Amino acid sequence: MTATDLPAAEVGKARTRKEDARLITGQTNWTDNITLPGMVHVSFLRSPHAHARITSVDVSAARSAPGVFAAYSGADFAAEQGSLPCAWPVTPDIVIPEHPPMAVDTVRYGGEIVACVVARDRYAAADALELIDVDYEPLAPVLDMEAALADGAVQLHAAGNKSFTWPFGNGDIDAAFRDAPVVIERTYRQQRLIPSAMEPRAVVCAPVADEYTMWTSTQIPHVLRVMLALVTGIPEHKLRVIAPDVGGGFGSKLQVTAEEVLALLLARKLGRPVKWTETRSEGNVAVHHGRDQIQRVRIAADADGRIRGLDVDLLADMGAYLMLVTPGVPLLGAFMFNAIYKMDAYRFTCTGVFTSKTPTDAYRGAGRPEATYAIEHLMDDLAAELGMDPLELRERNWIKHEEFPYTTIAGLTYDSGNYEAATESAKELFHYDQLRSEQAERNAAGSSVRLGIGVSTFTEMCGLAPSRVLGSLAYAAGGWEHASIRMLPTGKVEVVTGSSAHGQGHETAWSQIVADQLGVPFEDVRVLHGDTAIAHKGMDTYGSRSLVVGGTAIVNACDKVRQKARVIAAAMLEVSPDDLEWSDGRWAVRGDPDQGKAIGEIAFAAFAAHNLPDGVEPSLDSDATYDPDNFSFPHGTHLCAVEVDTETGQVRIRSYVAVDDVGVVVNPLIVEGQVHGGIAQGVAQALYEEAAYDSSGNLVTASLADYLIPSAADLPSFTTARTTTPSTLNPLGVKGVGEAGTIASTPAVVNAIVDALRPFGVSDVPMPCTPERVWRAINDAQAEGAGR
Amino acid sequence: MRISVTVDGVRYDDEVEPRLLLVHYLREQAGRTGTPIGCDTSNCGACTVLMNGRSVKSCSVLAVQADGADVTTIQGLANGPGELHPLQQAFHEEHALQCGYCTPGMILAAADLLSENPHPTEEEVRDGLEGNLCRCTGYQNIVRAVLRAANGTATTEVTA
Repeated sequence: MTATDLPAAEVGKARTRKEDARLITGQTNWTDNITLPGMVHVSFLRSPHAHARITSVDVSAARSAPGVFAAYSGADFAAEQGSLPCAWPVTPDIVIPEHPPMAVDTVRYGGEIVACVVARDRYAAADALELIDVDYEPLAPVLDMEAALADGAVQLHAAGNKSFTWPFGNGDIDAAFRDAPVVIERTYRQQRLIPSAMEPRAVVCAPVADEYTMWTSTQIPHVLRVMLALVTGIPEHKLRVIAPDVGGGFGSKLQVTAEEVLALLLARKLGRPVKWTETRSEGNVAVHHGRDQIQRVRIAADADGRIRGLDVDLLADMGAYLMLVTPGVPLLGAFMFNAIYKMDAYRFTCTGVFTSKTPTDAYRGAGRPEATYAIEHLMDDLAAELGMDPLELRERNWIKHEEFPYTTIAGLTYDSGNYEAATESAKELFHYDQLRSEQAERNAAGSSVRLGIGVSTFTEMCGLAPSRVLGSLAYAAGGWEHASIRMLPTGKVEVVTGSSAHGQGHETAWSQIVADQLGVPFEDVRVLHGDTAIAHKGMDTYGSRSLVVGGTAIVNACDKVRQKARVIAAAMLEVSPDDLEWSDGRWAVRGDPDQGKAIGEIAFAAFAAHNLPDGVEPSLDSDATYDPDNFSFPHGTHLCAVEVDTETGQVRIRSYVAVDDVGVVVNPLIVEGQVHGGIAQGVAQALYEEAAYDSSGNLVTASLADYLIPSAADLPSFTTARTTTPSTLNPLGVKGVGEAGTIASTPAVVNAIVDALRPFGVSDVPMPCTPERVWRAINDAQAEGAGR
Repeated sequence: MRISVTVDGVRYDDEVEPRLLLVHYLREQAGRTGTPIGCDTSNCGACTVLMNGRSVKSCSVLAVQADGADVTTIQGLANGPGELHPLQQAFHEEHALQCGYCTPGMILAAADLLSENPHPTEEEVRDGLEGNLCRCTGYQNIVRAVLRAANGTATTEVTA
């Protein structure tokens, strides 16, 4: 049975969120709010050097400071701390360096932990850190990816600065480029970003006998539990991981961190609950970063704009070590550079490079924003070269709506989509033709404030992921999701989900799905998540997967409840199950709807268990684990108009239209919020944010005073709309929305800026497009033009 | 040092270290954990509270500076348990929060903004909330919520 067979009372409704009741009143349970009897506080001493040998660590003065319980160096933990895990060995010959949670003999990025103090409160712990004496022998940092791979480069690891090279492709790339009428070659830079979830990380770990409970600000309580068991050797069944309320993640809390491992080991060593709360400045150097790629791309086209081939050569900065999915992140992009376009040949090569910087890993979109930025920028460059409207060029190359399902050159089969409809809607809302006219007028008049129009017709792969595909890509785990339904005796419903929300609104959206599936009121459903003792199975929340994979698991679990309820109802009504039909939360006799039992009555009958048929267990609970057959492919057309002051370099977003097709929408309020926030993060990459290092390898954007997260005053309102092409791959018809805005908006904004400046000979502005960089791009292009 | 401070209507007399930040006092001594900490450079505004009716970033105030003051946190903004302040109601109805970490500070900064300027324009709201960062919402629904509260259109019942 699919959702479309049922009265769709709840799915599609703009329900305000259940979560809000605690979040708007300050009753939230953040990890940092947790206080336990006898709890002690941990502070970590971090390396001030990007690359150095540790010659000695003296913690004795710290140990005798007032209020201090213990102080340790990495050497003290060398025998038991293991190595932080990388779960994605992308090639057989990949270099995965040892990564001790607390450095023992060498530090390879500024911020790496070298020692720790445990004290009665956080102030005493911070004071005692000052008393630790570490002698370093500084080594030259490795900061530039290209230089890192050159002969004679300083080697960060014994095995060198290269982690892997991953080749991929389809079709005859040489033939595609041979004699091609148009070839464009570009190098784009994906700057390094700091994810910056508003809640800094925190961990509390409580030991009781030989069992441990960890509360942590994580997106992945289930994955973390498995990994902590593997890293520390503490048996999995003696570990319980709880993600209480979590204040945002964006990939940054999709990690197994040094601080989590050390909190567990310290709790074991001291026999007391330990707590660590990150400061923001600590987080900026210690939480994994995102993006950071050099993208060398070439595209070959016919004179009419038809794409012949695309050739992508990436350098991806791993930072100093490989974290949980570090090497896999750029490879997710391998399937997305070709985007929505048809072509004859495609080649992709990615080399992962070690540098003495904070490790990189998943950040909202993870590989897909990078790919989308490059292809959408390149399409605009190609359109300019051909003198063609960028939307017209895209339309010539994209998969037509009647061509779905369509297997792309990268080998993915897109189930559905309608790029024409989304683009048509976006053009209309944007007043595309009028803005083009105004742009031409300003250019003709030589206006100092130019208008630019940026296009981004993006798609993405969501719903991570079919376990077999993950296996073929050498990822260590699967991509399924689990759900349980517990029918309570009074007819209320508990939904246990393996998804682990941290702002997404699962408690609300999952309630809507279950209300429809079981015919119960929205208010009668409660969603439980984020605790491995309650939600015993799960793959957690990332990659826009929770609704597509987890939502389908819930639908399947509800179906099992209904089927069992049918057998019990038949016994109650003394009819055959075959005589019953399901409608509006009841099993009723076909042709005699008054003769029926509501799901709540059946739940009570299962609870009392007085008259259950032989062989029927007294329970109306169910479990379902769903493994998708394919990814899902949301798409959309985003259009951005910017005004660029060519005298100051100042960029102002004048209008932004986003038409997204995320399939069937469960809750339009939540979807719109995800799109808004996603666009804001993508705009932030285009205009504001960059994790910048100085020549010594110091992160110079190590606080929120230096790393510019846009405020309300920096951003415009966005116009959002939707087209709906249901996914054919899951019963809800859903596609995922968590990353769409971030993937789409960065190229839309940069394309708009470049579009405004093409009359000056500008073909790129490196991100973030600050006033200075925009101004320099104009002046450099003009100087170059004058010199020709 | 000894301080006397009223927090959400309750008077506390406490001994504090001179260097103790007000936010740590609120969270760890007064037990008002509704006020979270988002940064250490007074940029994010997550810890915003009202002190004598005006918004302050409680990470930038020492507990001793709050001696004699009347502090209102997100937990004391509404008239009582089960009640919501019009801004809380508007944030709920306009979906002006996702993870909710910035929300207490955002609501209290907005309360101060509306006490200064009861009927702001969208631009005035955006400028007025410049000191409070949100990573989830893109601010659009936050702005809507503040305008909704200002226009008195927020009702008083939770619909969830």
